[in-house]
Amino acid sequence: MPNFIDRRLNPKDKSLGNRRRFLKRAREELKRTIKEQIKAGKIADVDAEHRVPMPERGVGEPSFQPSPGTGERQYVLPGNQEFTPGDRLPKPSARGGASGKGAGTGESEDDFQFVLSRDEVLDLFFEDLELPDMVKLNLKESVAFKPRRAGFATSGSPTNINVGRTMRNSYGRRIALRRPSRADVAAVADEIAKLEAESNASGAHHKRIEALREELDKLERRRRRIAYVDPVDIRFNRFEPQPLPNASAVMFCLMDVSASMGEREKDLAKRFFVLLHLFLKRRYKRIDIVFIRHTDEAGEVDENTFFYSKQSGGTVVSTAIEEMLRIIEERYPAREWNIYAAQASDGENSAGDSDLCVSLLHREVMRLCQYYAYVEIIDERETEIFGTTDNGTSLWRAYRTVDSEWSNFQMTRIARPSDIYPVFRKLFARQPTMQLRTERR
Amino acid sequence: MPKGAASNLLFHNSDWNFETLSRTYDAIETIALDELHLDVYPNQLEIISSEQMLDAYSSVGMPLMYQHWSFGKRFVFEEHLYRKGRRGLAYELVINSNPCITYLMEENTMAMQALVTAHAAFGHNHFFKNNYLFQQWTDASAILSYMEFAKKYITKCEERYGTSEVEVILDSAHALMDQGVFRYRRPPRLSSEKERERARERLEYEEQTYSDLWRTLPPSSDGHDSKEAERDASERKKALNLPEENLLYFLEKTSLILEPWQRELLRIVRVIAQYFYPQRQTKVMNEGCATFVHYTIMNRLFDQGRISEGSMLEMLHSHSNVVFQPSFDDPRFPGINPYALGFAMMQDIQRVCTDPTSEDRDWFPEIAGSGRWRETLIDAWANHRDESFILQYLSPALIRKFRLFLLTDEAGDNYCEVASIHNERGYETIRTALARSYDVAANQSDIQVVDVDLLGDRHLRLQHNVKNGILLDEASRDATLRHVRHLWGYDVSLAGIDAETDDVLYECSTAPTSE
Repeated sequence: MPNFIDRRLNPKDKSLGNRRRFLKRAREELKRTIKEQIKAGKIADVDAEHRVPMPERGVGEPSFQPSPGTGERQYVLPGNQEFTPGDRLPKPSARGGASGKGAGTGESEDDFQFVLSRDEVLDLFFEDLELPDMVKLNLKESVAFKPRRAGFATSGSPTNINVGRTMRNSYGRRIALRRPSRADVAAVADEIAKLEAESNASGAHHKRIEALREELDKLERRRRRIAYVDPVDIRFNRFEPQPLPNASAVMFCLMDVSASMGEREKDLAKRFFVLLHLFLKRRYKRIDIVFIRHTDEAGEVDENTFFYSKQSGGTVVSTAIEEMLRIIEERYPAREWNIYAAQASDGENSAGDSDLCVSLLHREVMRLCQYYAYVEIIDERETEIFGTTDNGTSLWRAYRTVDSEWSNFQMTRIARPSDIYPVFRKLFARQPTMQLRTERR
Repeated sequence: MPKGAASNLLFHNSDWNFETLSRTYDAIETIALDELHLDVYPNQLEIISSEQMLDAYSSVGMPLMYQHWSFGKRFVFEEHLYRKGRRGLAYELVINSNPCITYLMEENTMAMQALVTAHAAFGHNHFFKNNYLFQQWTDASAILSYMEFAKKYITKCEERYGTSEVEVILDSAHALMDQGVFRYRRPPRLSSEKERERARERLEYEEQTYSDLWRTLPPSSDGHDSKEAERDASERKKALNLPEENLLYFLEKTSLILEPWQRELLRIVRVIAQYFYPQRQTKVMNEGCATFVHYTIMNRLFDQGRISEGSMLEMLHSHSNVVFQPSFDDPRFPGINPYALGFAMMQDIQRVCTDPTSEDRDWFPEIAGSGRWRETLIDAWANHRDESFILQYLSPALIRKFRLFLLTDEAGDNYCEVASIHNERGYETIRTALARSYDVAANQSDIQVVDVDLLGDRHLRLQHNVKNGILLDEASRDATLRHVRHLWGYDVSLAGIDAETDDVLYECSTAPTSE
């Protein structure tokens, strides 16, 4: 007699701990991959699902393995049909010829991918931007909703009771349960009154009154038992959250691409623009992004050129603002579009041009824009010097005058990724409560 | 009498319950013991769900396993394949232990449960108990209690030293698992738990009472001449028992930077690697034996009228799936199927014993026509591993049946050459080549510890004996070498030496290149 043991009821997920450990380890790797994908991908792609290949580096398990491309090997294979000794067969691939063994065990792992949802991607993306959790939630909330009537519900608050529907239900129920109507009761009561008034003392007469009394009593009891309006009749108006139809927005990214804007500066700028895009995406159904870069002349480019082109030259910032105005005039009438602009620069500008920029902003741009943010990307060593004081580059000093005059203009400096979010919050904190909080800091 | 025959059936439909399982087990046991003369450990059959099967898969088939992220990785990977329908689950899993544990999946039909019982509880079980490799190198009665100890010990270490501390040691040890077995020397038996406990207490005591003040180093004398240095080198190699092929063993015993608990972790990984080593050397035989046993028993049961035609067809269907061997040019070709080869060879031995051709009489004079196929098989199962089994028993008839041919493949050449095919001149060559391809020791990179000067710079020197010019994959080689360095604590270098010419083919080191 063998020993049978039923293990099916044993606690499941024996390997849950192992899986957790693995995912914890994989997380670092995922973060790195996401960063790279975002760095290389489009701004709008951040806010999407991502597929990440099975991470290799952090969770690889190396061992001494023979290299497939070396040495002499022999293989015994089944299924020879036509070969004779001495035949030469071309190798199908670089990987160890027609071997059964060359097909390593790890090959199929390549197509194993993690699919990260939008929220997971954002979590990983925001991780080193040091977001306070509350705001992160806020950012991830996709659309604003407005309640809309949508039929009836059996539960709800008293203010939402739909009287008509409730009474209709009540009526139906009363009919179905044969609740005596007031008229019925009144008819019986009337008859009793009439008979009593006749004061005929015959036995049949008495019996009749007796029967009617009983009848009346029964009707009364029935009326008491079956409510006029029962809780089951009550219907409430139901409301469904409906996505708010929202307007379109256009976001202008202006960037200085002079030689001083290196890899680090562009990466910081990109992260800032990504954040801006996520922020606007939450408010508007449709947003366009316009990339304008400038050296001593400006031009509209696609995203790829914006971040990766190596073209360089002198710096005339006003050209970019002029180009932006031209595009607004051409494609984005301010009546139909909410216009946002963010300018990233290291603050270097050719002499005298800063004043031109300021006058452009004063005269035209600030009237058209919802918001104009100027981000100056500075060297990490300079934070100590510039972080607190008002002196700085010519552009910075010139923009100070705009800042004091227009409430929809903001300017700030960033030096490292963790600066971006606080700065962003400062720039876009428009609700008075938020304003207070940032000021107090 | 159809009515009588019907009542003789062990089961009627595909549902199973414990009563049917037990009845079928008894019927199978009778045939296995009385007719096939199998000799097995007591059986323990456990019913598990598919999820538990995945769990068991990912912890290398052991019912008890310590925690490590790599098992989680395997689970995620297997589950992914399973969910996508790319890979089915095995119907069974069997553990070389005493009692022998067989897992039956609850999703199996009754016919499958019968097949699995015959296959695992008798085929594999008999093989585990009787094959010389398993007898000599594994300790079936101690493995479960050892695994329990290992699990507890590692958990304790994690509590005491932190999960990540334990993890890094295990990572490095896992990387060297293939280099963590004794191939030629029998490992010491797993001692009983009590003794292990005592050894650990002793270690802990030593740890507590160790004082560096008592260390007395002999003052190093200057003015060595080269001869003396050479003698010194050979002396110290002798003292350390070098060269040593078991890297993990060497590190466990000799590494200067490891704490006692870290040594114990290395030992645990090493013991597990050693425990699985015989399985890797007997894949064809083990699966062949189990398949042959289930096939024979199922046919016997059918002959006795104890299983219905429908059930028999179902079993034959999965049986033929298991022993299916696609040709080399088939897209499904994964290599030679050990089930197919093993089963075919064992059937072939049966045929040679009972119904030999004249060719068989030439090739196998001792067994041809003897009629004693049971004894021959039992003897083969006990005394061979894949390599020697194929070398001795692969018959020309089978080479023809499989249409085997031999390809030689030289790196750098764009063509492979057909060296031999299934004809008179090719039989021997093919048989030898096939046997060699199953020799685990010959196919694995031969890496040994050759020298280290513990009193000097403590630079650990490894040597890779390169056979047939097959080098190591560089990326994984360097990564693995870093793991060795992590366990050793000082620089490690690896030299590839051609086994025939003694030429140095490559050298790499974890030391900075400026040195």
